[in-house]
Parts: sequence; structure tokens; C-alpha cells
Amino acid sequence: MARRKRPKLAVWKFASCDGCQLSVLDLEDELLDIAGALDIAYFKEATSVEKPGPFDLSLVEGSVTTSHDAERIREVRKQSKALVTIGACATAGGIQALRNFKDVKEFVSVVYASPEYIQTLATSTAIADHVPVDFELRGCPVNKEQLLEVISAFLHGRKPNVASHSVCVECKLRGNVCVMVTGTPCLGPITHAGCGALCPSYQRGCYGCYGPMEAPNTTSLVRAFRQAGSSTVDVVRVLRTFNANAPAFRKESEAQEKGEEESQ
Amino acid sequence: MSGHERAILSVEGLGSLLQAIRQEGYQLVGPTVRDGAIVHAEISGIGDLPAGWTEEQEAGTYRLRRRDDGALFGYSLGPQSWKQLFFVPRMRLFQARRKDGTFVVDAEAPKPPRLALIGARSCDLHAIEVQDRTFLKGQFVDPDYAARREGVFVVAVNCGQAGGTCFCVSMKTGPRVTQWFDLALTELLDGAHRFVVEVGSERGAEVLAKLALQPADEGDCRTADEVVERTASSMGRKFETEGITELLYRNLEHPQWDKGAERCTSCANCTLVCPTCFCASVEDVTDLSGNTAERWRRWDSCFTLDHSYVHGGSVRSATRSRYRQWLVHKVASWIDQFGTSGCVGCGRCITWCPVGIDLTEEVAAIRATDGKKEP
Ligand code: SF4
Ligand code: SF4
Ligand code: SF4
Repeated sequence: MARRKRPKLAVWKFASCDGCQLSVLDLEDELLDIAGALDIAYFKEATSVEKPGPFDLSLVEGSVTTSHDAERIREVRKQSKALVTIGACATAGGIQALRNFKDVKEFVSVVYASPEYIQTLATSTAIADHVPVDFELRGCPVNKEQLLEVISAFLHGRKPNVASHSVCVECKLRGNVCVMVTGTPCLGPITHAGCGALCPSYQRGCYGCYGPMEAPNTTSLVRAFRQAGSSTVDVVRVLRTFNANAPAFRKESEAQEKGEEESQ
Repeated sequence: MSGHERAILSVEGLGSLLQAIRQEGYQLVGPTVRDGAIVHAEISGIGDLPAGWTEEQEAGTYRLRRRDDGALFGYSLGPQSWKQLFFVPRMRLFQARRKDGTFVVDAEAPKPPRLALIGARSCDLHAIEVQDRTFLKGQFVDPDYAARREGVFVVAVNCGQAGGTCFCVSMKTGPRVTQWFDLALTELLDGAHRFVVEVGSERGAEVLAKLALQPADEGDCRTADEVVERTASSMGRKFETEGITELLYRNLEHPQWDKGAERCTSCANCTLVCPTCFCASVEDVTDLSGNTAERWRRWDSCFTLDHSYVHGGSVRSATRSRYRQWLVHKVASWIDQFGTSGCVGCGRCITWCPVGIDLTEEVAAIRATDGKKEP
């Protein structure tokens, strides 16, 4: 049997911390198999080799924060048969999307000695806000087993087994005692599964690293937090982390702030 | 001892009883304190039991509390039933490997330990019976469930207190243990800490015969009965079941469903803690090389979008329709389907709902405004 031509893989970085790309490298046991199954054509975090496109599979990390990035992602899309975004930055804008709630010009003038050299957009946005995306893998950072599952699924032309229900399902599969019901606010009910309920397994409330689940009822959960004693500041803080700009989290944090202003 | 004769067991005697059961080759699974709750785990003897612990439960809250009488079964129900022991949360169904141009299938051959359930309550025993109907008594038998369920020894406990969300009296499933047990204990805390033990099976009698026990006198028997009666009269919740199928069927568009859906987060906790819920999802996975594939089964819930996914989308795409499906199936259409309610009144779905949705209140609200457009 003639050896099938290996599909070409590219891994791209936009505004991000590189943590998700490191999850690829963190697949230590499978890395050789990945390199055997795929032709790693572009992956700056791992190799200086640069092969030209087109690519069969592009993994994209990071959000769009500059007009240059907005251009570049269109080019990546053009060159890619399948484009999969990885991580909270690429799927929701990341922690850097906190700028979306503030005045970026003001930040720039405070932080930089010569603000005139800084060219940046007013917002940090998800890749899917700019180009069509074939699959979004969530998490901050992504779960390496899920990443492997997405790559395997792509290689064999099947749907990835990546559930979009709540973290609570994973939490119950592990047999955890629910921290929310025993007294600690937890974002699990509205958060997309993927981490295996890591924090609740250590008696911490979920921080929402994987962003909103498939049918998030943020308003109801936040009401429960408030009834249990959380302040406006508390709930705005928990909603504004890595997935602050995901619509289901953003809308509620803005509504909470608005409610606070009106009550003053 | 035979029939429904009852004997007296001291605390030490209970310790010996547990060891006698172990010596018969059973692995003990019983209540123990972990992470702020009383959970079911493997135990080695009475030292692992939650001595002096109880809990407070309300819709959406559970708090472990101390009690000063050293009771070993002085709590009502923890977050888990016994479901995960038989209907396991996640399991591989088979593995397939490519070999010489074809493939071989390696089926799983479960060799589970024989379990003894220590401290099972009446509602939970009814729930096991409800699950047995699905996994053992339907058209198909689930081989993994059957292997795990086979020969389970049950040391039941008559509840000494009702939890804040319990309603077994309404569901006619408790608090007195009446069937499906080998031995049943009632903990007596007046005077000397002791138990009245009742035999429910041949096997139970045999194990008990290994301990030289005194029969319980009339006074102890009466005290034991009073304990259960007190529990029965202090249920945390009430649930009117009269004509419930018709009630819900004719109120499928009742505005109360919108109110519930407005609160429901579709997190699925209610179904996962429910001792009778049996839904699972099946996933196929391949490795990178494509030379091995595996099929896995894991707990699923009618609250996930995938659960009702057919090609093109989910049938129940709105939270309202998933929430209504859960509740109507659980307490009404289950009766049409299986000849029994899907609810045994354990109250877990109420306690462990992060936003405190209470099915007894929800149905009562519908009943109060039956057939009316605006409640
Ligand atoms: S601890 Fe959090 S994630 Fe786990 S079941 Fe409770 S609310 Fe859900
Ligand atoms: S009723 Fe409660 S536990 Fe059940 S899915 Fe809705 S929010 Fe979750
Ligand atoms: S529906 Fe709720 S109260 Fe009824 S058996 Fe299930 S978890 Fe228990």
C-alpha cells in the first residue's frame, strides 16, 4: 500500500500567551505519532522550518487585536482547508478582551512613553468574528487530550467527541461533592465542559476557563450567587476573566454593572 | 433467626457484623465523610462511618453538621445514591484493533467485586428496583449492570430523621424498609447506643447467625417503630401524586414551565444525582494511527443538547422543553412507560440543583392553577 501523503499542519499565533501551543508540545507521548501522521509545515513555537501553504489543518491560537492581525487571519483562512481555533483567546478574545470594557487610548497613554508608536484596535476579538471557523476548541489553556481528539478526528474525517454541556456533567462523572451547593460560588453550571471539572475536584468553584456552555443561563446562576451573598464587584470579576467577551458572560457582567449604577 | 424476628445489636456488634459480611467475600460500600458531605465509598468497618455527623438540606444547599450523640447513621441522604456502583459513570464497551487486513474486537469482560451496601435507605432501594426494570427486566439485559448488580448484599437502615428535601412518604417508598434487603437496622439513641436488626433474607439470617445475638424485647421493638414513625411524620417535603399524569399532560403549556425554564441552567445536576435516571451517551474514538478504535459509554442527561440531537439539530433546543421533558417524564410519563413513578422522593434533585429548583413546588404550582392560562 502506497504511503498516503501526510496532511500538512500549521499552528498560528495571534494575541496570546502561547499556552495553548505549549499544550501541543505537552503531548509528549503522542508528539512523535503526530509528527508521523502530519507534516508539520508551520509551527514557530516548535520549529524554525517554514513550508509554504496551502495547509490541510490550521490550529489558530490567539485573538485579533491589531489591524495587521485582522489581515493576517484572512490570509491564514485562505491557505487552510480546515481551520480550528484553540483556546479562550481565539474563541472569545481572551483576558486581553478586558480592554473591550474600557478606553484603550487611555491605557496606551498611561502605559507607553511614546503612545504614538502603538497601533492597536479598540477591542480584542475572537477569530470567528473575522473568518469562518471549522471547529472551536475552548479552554484556557486547551486540554491536551481534547486537542489530540480534535487532531485524530480531523485525520480520520469524523466529528470530534468534544461535549458542549456544562462542567457539572464532568463534575458528577467524577463523583465530586458539589461545591456550589456546599457553599462556594461555582461557574460550572454555565461553563463549557472540557477541563474534567478540575477546580471543583479540588473544592474550588469553577473559574469559567472554557467559556459559556451550549445553553448558558448566566442570569439565573448569577442570581443564585447574589442570593448567597456575592456583591456586584464579585460577580463582575468572576465573569470577566479569560472569556469576558463571550456574549453570555459579557451581557450579564454589563447588566450587573448597569444595575449597580442605577441603584446608586 | 428467621422471618421478621428482630434482634439487638450493640455498636461493637455492628462492627463484628460488618467484618462477618466482609469475611463472606463482600466489599463494603457505605457512608463516610468526604469534602463536606456524606458520600458512599469503600469502607473497612465502623470506623469509617460518619459518627456524630448529620446534615441540613434545603433547595440548593447542603451543610454538614455535628451532632452530639455519636449516631452512625444520623444523617438522611448524601449526594450519591448507589447508582454509580451498578450503572457506572463511564466505561469502555469494547476496543477494536486492525489486524491482518481485518479487525478484532476485544469485548470487556467485567469481573466486578461482590458488594455489600451498608446503610441503604428505603427510597434508594426502591430506586435500585426502578433501575433494575430498565437494565435487567426489559427486552435487553445490560451485561455490565447485571454483573455488578448480581448477588449484592444489602444492610439497610430505617431512617432516624427525614432530610429537609425528603418526601418518600408521598411517594410511598419509605421511610420504613420493607423489601429488597438482607438485614435492616434501626439505630436507637435513647439510653445505650444500639441497633434493632431485622432479617430480610436467608443470606441475612446466615450472616447474623454468626453473631450470638439477643432477640429484641418488646420495648426495643416499640422504640424502633417509633423512630421510623417520627421520621415519617417529619418529611421535609410533600408531593401530591393524585392524577399526576393527567394533570401534567393537560398542562403542557402552563406558564409555570416558563418560570422554571427562566431559572433552570440546564446544568443536568438533577438528573445525574437522581437514583433512577438511566440515560447514557455512546462515543466512538480512534487513535492517531487509526489502528485502534474504542467505544465508550458515559452518563448523559436529557438536559444536554446532544441528548436529543438528530441529524440537523436538537429536537429539544430550548431549555424550557428540556426542563419540561425531565419533569414530566420523571413524575408522569414514566408511569405510562414502566408502571411506576420515576421519582422515589429522595429529594436529591432539589438539594443538588445549584439554583434550588424544587419539583414538588413546581408541580404544586401547576396543580394550584390547573388549566388556567395565568397563575
Ligand atoms: S461543583 Fe460546580 S461544576 Fe461541580 S456540580 Fe457543582 S456547580 Fe457544577
Ligand atoms: S433543574 Fe436545576 S439541576 Fe436540573 S438542569 Fe435545571 S438548574 Fe440544573
Ligand atoms: S426526581 Fe428528584 S426526588 Fe425524585 S428520585 Fe429523582 S432525584 Fe430523587
